[in-house]
Amino acid sequence: MLGKLSWDVIPFDQPLPMIASAIVALAILGVLAWVFLAGHFPYLWREWITSVDHKRIGVMYTLLALLMLLRGFSDAVMMRSQQALAFQAPGYLPPDHFNQVFSAHGTIMIFFGAMPFVIGLMNLVVPLQLGVRDVAFPTLNSVSFWLTATGALLVNISLVIGEFARTGWLPYPPLSETAYSPGVGVDYYLWAVQISGVGTLLTGINFVTTILKMRTPGMNYLRMSMFCWTSLAASLLIVAAFPILTATLAMLTLDRYFGFHFFTNEAGGNMLMFVNLIWAWGHPEVYILVLPAFGIFSEVISTFSSKPLFGYRSMVAATLFICIVSFMVWLHHFFTMGAGADVNAAFGIATSIIAVGTGVKIYNWMFTMYGGRIRFATPMLWSLGFMVTFVIGGMTGVLLAVPPADFLLHNSLFLVAHFHNVIIGGVLFGAFAGYTYWFPKAFGFRLHEGWGKLAFWLTLIGFYATFVPLYTVGLLGMTRRMQHFDVPAWYPWVLVAGAGMIITTAGVIAQIIQLVVSVRQREALRDVTGDPWDGRSLEWATPSPPPVFNFAALPHVEGEEPYWNIKQRAREQNRLRDEPDYEPIEMPRNSPTGFVCAFFATVMGFALIWHIWWMVALGALGAFATFVVFAWRDIPEYVIPAAEVAQIDRANRGARREALATYTGPRP
Amino acid sequence: MLPRAIVRNCAAIRLCCIGATIFLAGLLAGCQGGVLDPQGPVGAAQRTILLNSVAIMLAIVIPTIVGTLGFAWWFRETNTRARFLPDWAYSGRIELVVWSIPILVILFLSGIIWIGSHDLDPMKPLDSQQKPLEVQVVSLDWKWLFIYPEQNVASINQLVVPAGRPVHFSLTSASVMNAFFVPQLGGMIYTMNGMTTQLHLQADQQGKFYGRSAHFSGDGFPGMQFVLHAVAADAFDAFVNSARSQGQALDKTSYQELARQSMDVPSSTYGSVEPDLFHEIATQGVPPAPGPQAGRPEPSASPKAGG
Repeated sequence: MLGKLSWDVIPFDQPLPMIASAIVALAILGVLAWVFLAGHFPYLWREWITSVDHKRIGVMYTLLALLMLLRGFSDAVMMRSQQALAFQAPGYLPPDHFNQVFSAHGTIMIFFGAMPFVIGLMNLVVPLQLGVRDVAFPTLNSVSFWLTATGALLVNISLVIGEFARTGWLPYPPLSETAYSPGVGVDYYLWAVQISGVGTLLTGINFVTTILKMRTPGMNYLRMSMFCWTSLAASLLIVAAFPILTATLAMLTLDRYFGFHFFTNEAGGNMLMFVNLIWAWGHPEVYILVLPAFGIFSEVISTFSSKPLFGYRSMVAATLFICIVSFMVWLHHFFTMGAGADVNAAFGIATSIIAVGTGVKIYNWMFTMYGGRIRFATPMLWSLGFMVTFVIGGMTGVLLAVPPADFLLHNSLFLVAHFHNVIIGGVLFGAFAGYTYWFPKAFGFRLHEGWGKLAFWLTLIGFYATFVPLYTVGLLGMTRRMQHFDVPAWYPWVLVAGAGMIITTAGVIAQIIQLVVSVRQREALRDVTGDPWDGRSLEWATPSPPPVFNFAALPHVEGEEPYWNIKQRAREQNRLRDEPDYEPIEMPRNSPTGFVCAFFATVMGFALIWHIWWMVALGALGAFATFVVFAWRDIPEYVIPAAEVAQIDRANRGARREALATYTGPRP
Repeated sequence: MLPRAIVRNCAAIRLCCIGATIFLAGLLAGCQGGVLDPQGPVGAAQRTILLNSVAIMLAIVIPTIVGTLGFAWWFRETNTRARFLPDWAYSGRIELVVWSIPILVILFLSGIIWIGSHDLDPMKPLDSQQKPLEVQVVSLDWKWLFIYPEQNVASINQLVVPAGRPVHFSLTSASVMNAFFVPQLGGMIYTMNGMTTQLHLQADQQGKFYGRSAHFSGDGFPGMQFVLHAVAADAFDAFVNSARSQGQALDKTSYQELARQSMDVPSSTYGSVEPDLFHEIATQGVPPAPGPQAGRPEPSASPKAGG
């Protein structure tokens, strides 16, 4: 009846996950109880859960990302503390638990931390910067989000019911085959990543369509903001790369569920095929994450330098260059698997060529600052921290692309330090820069600057204190994923890295305090005009938070930096643009499709993991029925009357008129 | 304008130099016993390439970091002496330079990559007067089996080789992937079931060198380590003789017993080895080793290791 499920699968004998999950469960129950008892549920259902508004979905993506970053970070704390205690000793995490922790850490950080963060910011900002009212497929967007949430939920269920994968964040066969991993851990991994992967693929399709087909009049390709360009590149990569992931994991699933032999030891299976395929997705994935971050830095550095982005066309070229070359380098993840010298050398050279694109970007950001008038607000600090850190990470990356050097460093903690250097220093710093930069746009008030700066400095120092020792201990020959170790030379560095983690933890706490303090002081931090940073692209032309329709009248774009041009003209003429003719606006209706679909997907995923076949059928049928019901809808849109549009827009024009009157102009 | 801006920014430069020094100190501290302290020709050549590549890249990385911090500091909002160029967003000459610098560096580095990859191909025999010692390596769950086919002995979790003589490794895996890695001798190569990989290494001096698996292979992975003893030629012969006189025999039956999962296995030797055993393992004449046995035939939710 219940497949492999029984009371035995709950790890009552392991106090750590039991206590942790009990606390989490209590917290979730507490929040749910509060939501229902205080009568907030109808509001949440109406305004958020069923919302198809790209801004709301963006906020929910970001919230999911922040929660999952905390979960992944607690895994990181456990790993560092385990290794600090495990010199010639067993430490406090037995191998089967430690191996789940590092597998979950990687899976969560990439799929449910970094990806939703980046996609959340894309959701919030791209339609605003394009000057349009929503993405191309608003309901599909909601489906994407909720499917991602399903994946995150499944990974976290594995904490209590059963186990998570013990194979690393990429389940290399044959270790991940049934012969060597008979438990449900790999199945949790497979279904969580597959279901959220569908969501990501839909997002990619949605954003490619939005950016190619839905720009406001006059917004031709070479007037789009850099963030739109990098989002387009990332979305193209999603569309091209995620099907590879889906197919690869489907093959592993067939191996595990139906005794196929794609990657097994036996019957002609080829594990190297998996390694090739997974990295044919995995390397573009790195750029799916980091390209939007590059876009954020371009926006932030230009805004806070009070200058246009230097070498805009060059930046576009570099972005597309990286986008294409990122598909030609996957083999550098396994130079040490015995490919010949020609193959290794070709992929090594291809890999280092990517550094040309990133190098150009770094220099263009430098010259964006040149001749500027730089304000060191929190987003700008994250950007500067990124530029310095990423250059170092890029250097160690190119070093790893030199095959003879990689022979010494592959799978060592040097490699671990390298990819944390680029993912924390690139993606995460970018996400935090975007988070502080666009927070006022999403919520109408800025984040507290003092706490933000403290969080930045603690994170930056904590990062170096953690990862410079890991670079070093990697050079001493320490490999990754070790539950305990016996070599005395490694021990001091592992301790220093553990101490660095304490500083990073302080940074995380400062970040949380920043949010709490900002919410409490929101009136003092209020952004009245919708343009708190003296911005240059179209999102700052809307009120903060923007109304559901974004723009009362779609803006006409006449050049790069459309909002800066509008603002400059207003400043020169000392008056706002003429009031547009307000017209009624049609907007897509809210739909529970995404939420209901994801509910059934969760049921189906859970049932597949535990081999509860009747429940699989139920979940699949439910999800399909939801889709059919949605396809049969009669009234897809509703109309906002012109008077309401006018009222909202006039309120914002009033605030902007006041700001214009008090504008004193730039210091000569 | 540009150099003056940088020169005046002593604070930023100093900060940056301190950072670079700490970073380099960290790198150099890796000298003792790690990959930067090689004890053989392969490791030494790989280290040279590693350090040369770092040096080439530092030549542009350090100026870039200094420039970034210098520009950011000089053009701060409160600096009244800095020029303000609110519309300056393009310069063909600068574009030319910023594309050229990375391209030239990468061109140079590509040469190193191409030549280095061919010179240090793990499959390529080492230049030496002496005939290489043949060693066959099998990664098991979770220990290393070393077979000396010419001597017809074998050892577990210890590898004895003559110093100064090249060693030719043929490697495979009994079950899951692993990577054979002796940091101070250089090179790393994966082991995979049903496949054979090749590696050439040499220890110049006598000594004990730490070796381990570099690819995660399951619960017993931390204990998948061994000591490589590089010894004089006569000591190697003594090792072989002692193994022959006291070790048990390794045939297919005892191999299948050995292939079962076990953790933190002490080193031991075998006095004789069934001929072609390695070939049988590598071509799956002997079936791949079994995984965890707890809960079989019904796979339980969370089998513990070694069961």
